[in-house]
Amino acid sequence: MSLLQPKMLRPMSTSEAIAYAVKQANVDVIAAYPITPQTIIVERLSEYVNNGELDAEYVAVESEHSAMSACVAASLTGARVFTSTASQGLALMHEVLYVASSLRCPIVMAIANRALSAPINIHCDHSDVMGSRDAGWVHIFVENGQQAYDRVFQAFRLAEDEDVLLPVGINLDGFFLSHAVEGIATISDSKAATFLPPRKAKYYVDSSMPMTFGAFALPDWYFEIKHQVAIAMEKVPKKLEEVEKLYYQMTGRIYGHVGAYKTEDAEVGLVCAGSAAGTAKYAVSRLREKGIKAGLLSIRLFRPFPVESILPHVKDMRALVVMDRAMSPGAPSAPIGQDIKTMLYDAGLRRNIPVVNFVYGLGGRDISAAEFEEIVTKVAKDVKARRRIQRGTIYWGLRS
Amino acid sequence: MSSVETAILPGGIVSRPGSTADYKTGTWRVKRPVVDLNKCTGCLICWIYCPEPAILKREDGKIEFDYEHCKGCGICSEECPPKAISMVEE
Repeated sequence: MSLLQPKMLRPMSTSEAIAYAVKQANVDVIAAYPITPQTIIVERLSEYVNNGELDAEYVAVESEHSAMSACVAASLTGARVFTSTASQGLALMHEVLYVASSLRCPIVMAIANRALSAPINIHCDHSDVMGSRDAGWVHIFVENGQQAYDRVFQAFRLAEDEDVLLPVGINLDGFFLSHAVEGIATISDSKAATFLPPRKAKYYVDSSMPMTFGAFALPDWYFEIKHQVAIAMEKVPKKLEEVEKLYYQMTGRIYGHVGAYKTEDAEVGLVCAGSAAGTAKYAVSRLREKGIKAGLLSIRLFRPFPVESILPHVKDMRALVVMDRAMSPGAPSAPIGQDIKTMLYDAGLRRNIPVVNFVYGLGGRDISAAEFEEIVTKVAKDVKARRRIQRGTIYWGLRS
Repeated sequence: MSSVETAILPGGIVSRPGSTADYKTGTWRVKRPVVDLNKCTGCLICWIYCPEPAILKREDGKIEFDYEHCKGCGICSEECPPKAISMVEE
């Protein structure tokens, strides 16, 4: 029996659910610039502040570059800081993203994933976050509004842990999720406050005890300071597990680093991230009905890439279909494909598990369950016939 | 944790104010400034322009150099009105 009582569900779009969670997280500073499809998140937050429902400083900046700069400065004073962006906004923040992670600012940012120009487009793909994936941020993908709501609390708790101190991006598919309304099981303000007490920063800007933040570092120390980000990243999987356990005790909801569905005896694994996971899950059930042993792995923690959590699911599979909603022109694979292949190589499984990497859905082009079925059915047939699995990157769903 | 990890605070925070003085930049120098005290009028234009500051005031009102921090940029030599500072190969 689920812990959720239907009467307790509140109808909200994913954007509204995120804004509501941020209010309950009692943030101190929000610095943001509205951009489609993230706009509703910051609009709701500005309303909360304006109406006196949230005691926070709302900094209405003139660009995303300024938004992230203000967030870094606020975070260094020990404040709990939130922002949100998408697409061109994330691209404009790019240089400051690295400052946020390297200065160990536990900022939480919702990214309503949207395609990058040109051609200008407002719809979903993952090009924005993939362009920023080496900036030292923890990245989480959500599949629905409930996950987005819950991950806000978990993200702050994870980010502000003294062993982590890294910014966290919560990635939600633009429009597919940001504008979709569903029933959200919320937690009470008091539960939120218990789970997420006010931030207690160990080091912060304070004129009574002057310190230098963001000092110049030359070849003699730069490398070591940068390496701190890698060390902190390594601690994230275990820390997130601990955070999720606590959240589970309070809500009965737990998501993990990956969302696995029917992977136990699967021969062909389908790997994806974001809202497509729901469609893929339906496709896997249909494939099972047809006797095809398919399984689904939804990448929920993307950075750090949760190798240890993925490997047990895939080690006995005979092929993997990796679906990327972003391309990496000229690279041997698309972003998630690169990570999966590296993982298999390091685990000594590269010969056992061929990988077919698909780039799909750019600029918001939809993908249906039938398409997932078609892809997996073909790969499953090749596996059964012991035919060589097609390698390389396949661009799926292009006009012919 | 390794000793390197404990030696630096998160994000490379420097917790002691004024510690830049401990960072000796004199090794960057290719040419060193040398003052001709017969020409030096003690106007301290060099002291104003030196970005470090690596110009030290002597008791007699003239100047000398802090070679531990002087990077050898040559601005003092360029700005000195009586041309009392010359840049000499290290």
